[in-house]
Amino acid sequence: MSTIPATEELQGRGRRRDWLGDRLLQGLTLGAALAALAAMGAIVWKLVDGSGGAFGKFGLAFLWGDVWDPVKGVFGAGPLIYGTAVTCAIALLVATPLAIAIGLYLSELAPRGVRGVVGTLVELLAAIPSVVLGLWGILVMAPFLGEHVEPWLHRNLGFIPLFGPPQSNGLGVFTAGLVLAIMVVPIVASISRELFLSVPRELEEGALALGATRWETIRGVVLSSSRAGVAAAVILGLGRALGEAIAVTQVIGSGFAVHTSLFEPGDTLASRIAAQFQGAASNLQISSLFYLAAILLVIGLVTNLVAQIVVSRFEFQRAGAD
Amino acid sequence: MAAAEHALRLRGDARVRRRRIVNRLMELLGTGAALVAVAILGIVVVSVARRGAGELSWGFLTGSLPSFAEPGGGIAPLIVGSAILVGLATAIALPVGVLTALFLTEFAPRNLARAIQLVIDLMSGLPSIVIAIFVYGLLVTGRGQSGYAGAFALSIVMFPLIARATQEVLRLVPRSLREGALALGASRWRTVLGIVLPNSLGGIVTGTVLAVARAAGETAPLLFATSIYANTVQTDPRHALPNIPVQIFIWAESPDPEDHKRAWAAAVVLLGFVLLTSLAARALLARSRRRHGR
Repeated sequence: MSTIPATEELQGRGRRRDWLGDRLLQGLTLGAALAALAAMGAIVWKLVDGSGGAFGKFGLAFLWGDVWDPVKGVFGAGPLIYGTAVTCAIALLVATPLAIAIGLYLSELAPRGVRGVVGTLVELLAAIPSVVLGLWGILVMAPFLGEHVEPWLHRNLGFIPLFGPPQSNGLGVFTAGLVLAIMVVPIVASISRELFLSVPRELEEGALALGATRWETIRGVVLSSSRAGVAAAVILGLGRALGEAIAVTQVIGSGFAVHTSLFEPGDTLASRIAAQFQGAASNLQISSLFYLAAILLVIGLVTNLVAQIVVSRFEFQRAGAD
Repeated sequence: MAAAEHALRLRGDARVRRRRIVNRLMELLGTGAALVAVAILGIVVVSVARRGAGELSWGFLTGSLPSFAEPGGGIAPLIVGSAILVGLATAIALPVGVLTALFLTEFAPRNLARAIQLVIDLMSGLPSIVIAIFVYGLLVTGRGQSGYAGAFALSIVMFPLIARATQEVLRLVPRSLREGALALGASRWRTVLGIVLPNSLGGIVTGTVLAVARAAGETAPLLFATSIYANTVQTDPRHALPNIPVQIFIWAESPDPEDHKRAWAAAVVLLGFVLLTSLAARALLARSRRRHGR
């Protein structure tokens, strides 16, 4: 009988081990979470720190400065911000209706069997590495656009200054916008599909029972009750388009001038950073690249926060409606 | 009276017909949009495969990178380098991501949880070129490029993906399982390690595989960290490691058509890997969902 330890002793030992184990696991997980916080803090600090030189020299005028001259040591981001805005605008204009339509197809229209397959294919589109999409962009899509689509647009819509004379190689802002659209579509489509699927079934059935056609149900019930969510999805897509560096660098043709015509080459904030990866000559130039990254960081954080605010308000609304 | 009724019905018919036509049109538009997306995927995959597959050969897969302006050459250094980079990045991101998710679902007080959740969300929206500049400032200036710097940059891309995927499966673990374990007298840590984690292993693996697929194709984070390298197989992460995405980027920018051929062939390898791993992860996910849905 004496071989069995007293219950009290057993409990004491077990309790101490449990106490230690709990603390250890808690400490470990807390440490990991804090490491993530620290990394985010370090990113902000490094970018602020690194862009200090350029900020000290150019101040906020960097934002609209229209010279990028490594020889004279003058840098500005004006045309890059313009290029970013234009490429993102093209991307969203093309991608948003397409993505919403795909979301509707996948959630409302597609037959059951097709749904899974097409849904997977759309998600695979998001998995294509940007460098591969960019490679395809330069060597396949850009020449095609340059030879067929852009001349056609110029001939028929040339009276709008946006559609100026095309480049033969097709590299330019227009092509970059379309490549970005390809990247944005699957993001917005898969989020909107989830949104549409979460619309209460009774609402849709109610509309159908009242004699509405499928489209009227979609417009009146599905779309109108998920408007905010779709807006958030588009903002998230915008975030992706803003920050894409590689594919854009490959197809935008690189140029530091503001053109009205979409077919002219340009540059975005992200593509300029990527394009200079081997050629930064001076500390001031490197600092200017940090400055560009800091601008991107701010825009990226703001778009993300806005998307989250929209989503949380939307969830609140839905919860209130139930 | 009869005439009026007739007219009414006629008008109704016209309107119904119009509504039907609009409905049909919109349905066709939706279907068309889905077709466009699938067609783009098809066109990209087919044109990469058609241009690249012909260049693929045993020699190409196992050879060293071509020296300057020489024909031939292979991509063995790129495959090895990419594997090391992604492996190291996973070794950093997987434990940190899983532990962070555990902290959020099991331990964190509400306010801290919200802050960390925000950081995870912001990190997943971080442009990868910003990560590249950050890592350049943190690890590359003064020390030079290295595989470690590249792996660290990739781990920042992977971390939010793994953390989120883990969080999602942790939330799916039924409360009753946890409470059952606690009621039997198991401590917190035993419950987590013995009940919660094993039950969510499938989801964590899926999330990690997806993150690996994503990281394998990321170019921007490596651009400043590990882009100037030797053209033979390198295995020491203290030096810059050759890798597939950066080399495709360099070859694509080159004016030499030979380089374009190499870029296509390397793109076949990369795209094949990324698409197959993504598909495998999805299949895994579907299977585990079916099992849970039982």
